[in-house]
Amino acid sequence: MVTVPVPGLVADGLAVRFGDTPAVAGVSLAVAPGEVVALVGPSGCGKSTLLRVLAGLELPDAGTVAWDGVDLTRSRPHERGFGLMFQDHALFPHRTVGENVAFGPRMRGAAVAARRARVAEVLELVGLSGFEDRSVDTLSGGEAQRVALARSLAPAPRLLMLDEPLGSLDRTLRDRLAGDLRRVLGALGIAAIHVTHDQEEAYAVADRLVVMRAGRVERDGPAAEVWRDPRTEFVARFLGHDDVLDAATARALGLGDGTGPVVVREAAIGLLAVDRAADPDAAPGPVLHGTVAAVRFRGATSAVALELLGPAGEPVGLTVHAADPPPVGARVRVRLDPHHVSPLDG
Amino acid sequence: MDPHGPALRSPRPRRPAGAALAWAAVALVPVAFLAVFFAYPVASIIGRGLADGTALDVLRRRSTGQLLWFTFWQAAASTVLTLAVGLPAAWAVARVDLPGRRLVRALVVVPFVLPTLVVGAALQAVFDAVGVGREATGLRLQGTVWAILLAHLVLNVAVVVRVVGGYWALLDPRTEEAARVLGAPRWRVWREVLAPRLAPALWSAAGIVFLFCFTSFGVILTVGGPGHPTVETEIWRAATQRTDLATAAALALVQLLAVAALVLVVSVLEARAAVGLPARRPSPPRRPRRARGWLPVAAALASALALVAVPLAVLVERSLWMGDGHGLGNYRALGAHGGSGLFVAPWEAVANSLRAAGLAMALAVVVGGVAAVVVVAAGRRGRALDLAVMVPLGTSAVTLGFGILIALDSPPLDLRTAPVIVPIAQALVGIPFVVRSLVPALRAVDPRQREAAAVLGATPTRARLEVDVALAARPLLVGAAFAFAIALGEFGATSFLARPDAPTVPVAMYRLLGQPGAALRGQAMALGTILALLTAVSVLGIERLRPRDALGW
Repeated sequence: MVTVPVPGLVADGLAVRFGDTPAVAGVSLAVAPGEVVALVGPSGCGKSTLLRVLAGLELPDAGTVAWDGVDLTRSRPHERGFGLMFQDHALFPHRTVGENVAFGPRMRGAAVAARRARVAEVLELVGLSGFEDRSVDTLSGGEAQRVALARSLAPAPRLLMLDEPLGSLDRTLRDRLAGDLRRVLGALGIAAIHVTHDQEEAYAVADRLVVMRAGRVERDGPAAEVWRDPRTEFVARFLGHDDVLDAATARALGLGDGTGPVVVREAAIGLLAVDRAADPDAAPGPVLHGTVAAVRFRGATSAVALELLGPAGEPVGLTVHAADPPPVGARVRVRLDPHHVSPLDG
Repeated sequence: MDPHGPALRSPRPRRPAGAALAWAAVALVPVAFLAVFFAYPVASIIGRGLADGTALDVLRRRSTGQLLWFTFWQAAASTVLTLAVGLPAAWAVARVDLPGRRLVRALVVVPFVLPTLVVGAALQAVFDAVGVGREATGLRLQGTVWAILLAHLVLNVAVVVRVVGGYWALLDPRTEEAARVLGAPRWRVWREVLAPRLAPALWSAAGIVFLFCFTSFGVILTVGGPGHPTVETEIWRAATQRTDLATAAALALVQLLAVAALVLVVSVLEARAAVGLPARRPSPPRRPRRARGWLPVAAALASALALVAVPLAVLVERSLWMGDGHGLGNYRALGAHGGSGLFVAPWEAVANSLRAAGLAMALAVVVGGVAAVVVVAAGRRGRALDLAVMVPLGTSAVTLGFGILIALDSPPLDLRTAPVIVPIAQALVGIPFVVRSLVPALRAVDPRQREAAAVLGATPTRARLEVDVALAARPLLVGAAFAFAIALGEFGATSFLARPDAPTVPVAMYRLLGQPGAALRGQAMALGTILALLTAVSVLGIERLRPRDALGW
């Protein structure tokens, strides 16, 4: 019998302990060639350590790493053909931009002319044509980030890992570079794992989301699906869902499957101002009454905190966003559309 | 950031048992060198000093007390004077965006390695020039304490500018601005914010200057004259002129103890004053907005520069003075054999110096380079070696030379007459510069750069070569150049060890200056000019190599 190896990266049961602290505790992850995965999670959840294990910079205490079915668990970083873009870039300060980018091809024994052509090619890809002779410490933050990207792309890795590559940049630059990153990765069609703690950056770069928590993968799936159905309260809150109702409240309101908590996505919340006569029976879902407890200005919309009571008098706190928020103290009615409510694991 | 992130944690050790042994073997190179050429000679002095009770005898002598007291107070006075002149210049260099900063920075280093004999000769020339026709008014500096203080000021002002200025540049001026905004007048800002923060550098600079002045040898001999003996010069006189080895050993023991006590006191003071430096970069130096603002800057820099430049200019002028006009006669005379009181033509001293300094540099690079690698690799356990290589720098040069002379005089190590003994002694003083230059550079290598090299396809050896070796190359050259310059000017130890027929430039200069006759004096000035030029060229070369912001300025 011939087993067809799974193409691309397959990591299975990886575990790393630092002393008594497990940093990675049994992570399995597969990334197909051409697939871009965003690995997200709060600081300290083991994302960076996982990347280091995949890159071969750290040996796992347990588990395996394979590419196209070939076991790489014990092979050294330079033998894997993986690229890693470091947090804060780790550019070589004693080399020019061109020499930094040429480093990988040089290690593979590329001839001078080929190196020069490759450097020009990847610098153009990241929009820094002609930067070859610039000194690394004259670069702006965005430029350094692009040079680091070019450097990790130059040896044509089969898997590119990016460890919070945009972490130190300001919001505007981040949004722009995240878009560029998606374009470049898409154009090259290589597998990539993009580590970030910022969910918006994750959506901007990748289609698939892997959420880590305390050394484990808590959720793994297409970004839109994970967002819609986060499955656990941790993932729901990490992805920015403000409204999680506990099991008892959910049961009282008839939401979910009656056994566990639910996440109420904002689309579920129909804000019905009291003075407007709307028929609560026209649509499905429970109706709650209450007042506006607080309003926080957030730019385009404001976050409106509501203190509500359910049909049987159970207290429910919800947050909605509105461009034109009601004043604090205003009485409100709210209907929850069960189509936009997902059950969470108890 | 991930708390287990890359910056905090290098890959867990996967060291095979053999590796520890290999490291121990490597560490043996610097350890053996220091043991044979430093520890053993010093131990010999101690042994000899204690052997027949001479040490106690010498200590009980009234003259020894006077000797120690004079040595101490002239060093203290020199230190205070040097700080007073050096601090304004340190401020200017650290806080003002000077036009031509690199040049100023470079010029400030020159006196740091200026040989003491050059400064001694230059000041003698200045005193001659000032004293002409003024004997009646009593303006005679040669042979006075003032001459000694002035010479120490010239030699050490660069230390203050460099050490304090370098540290000062790292302090963020915004904390002082914060104090100003909170209502502190300028003097209180100085007293309550700046001085406490500068304290570690101040103690460090004061400690170094005091130590240099306490163990000063060349200038005391040349400008202080026989009327102002210090412990250092007395060791030398007892050993070489009275051949009273017992007294010399006893005094050397006293000197060792005094220096050890000093280093201890200074390091305690320095540690107590130590405050963590902020990790963030301070705001860049600024230019005064009004022309008037340049006045204190110019005054501070001019006074520090003039102190060094004027004597050197007079030295050069005197080297060209032929008694009835200027010319190259003194330089031509250097090639002539005989008539100089030396066994060889003075010109040969230049060749001797270059040869010895070159060899000393090579030794310092090898021993210091290995020591630095071991210190960095051994982490906390490397501290002992790190300290051990520094000790010879603090030890008086005369003690070092004398120790080697009496210790290495019998087989299997009868090196007393071997020419290699001079570069060995000079290398002991050069090694610390190599180590000090290399260790921070090696420590500063971001392990992630090695990792970056690895994921880009470099083998572990290749990664070391491409990252560590490439980054350490410049600091190594800087350390080597310093070792070379220091060796060129080394006088205290060399005066014991150089054979009479193979003098180095400082030794030849001392002999020439010690003899009557304007012609020999002129030749000494010519040799001094050559030596000054050689050291200046090597340290100015260093400045070109130094990365732009190595010290922050």
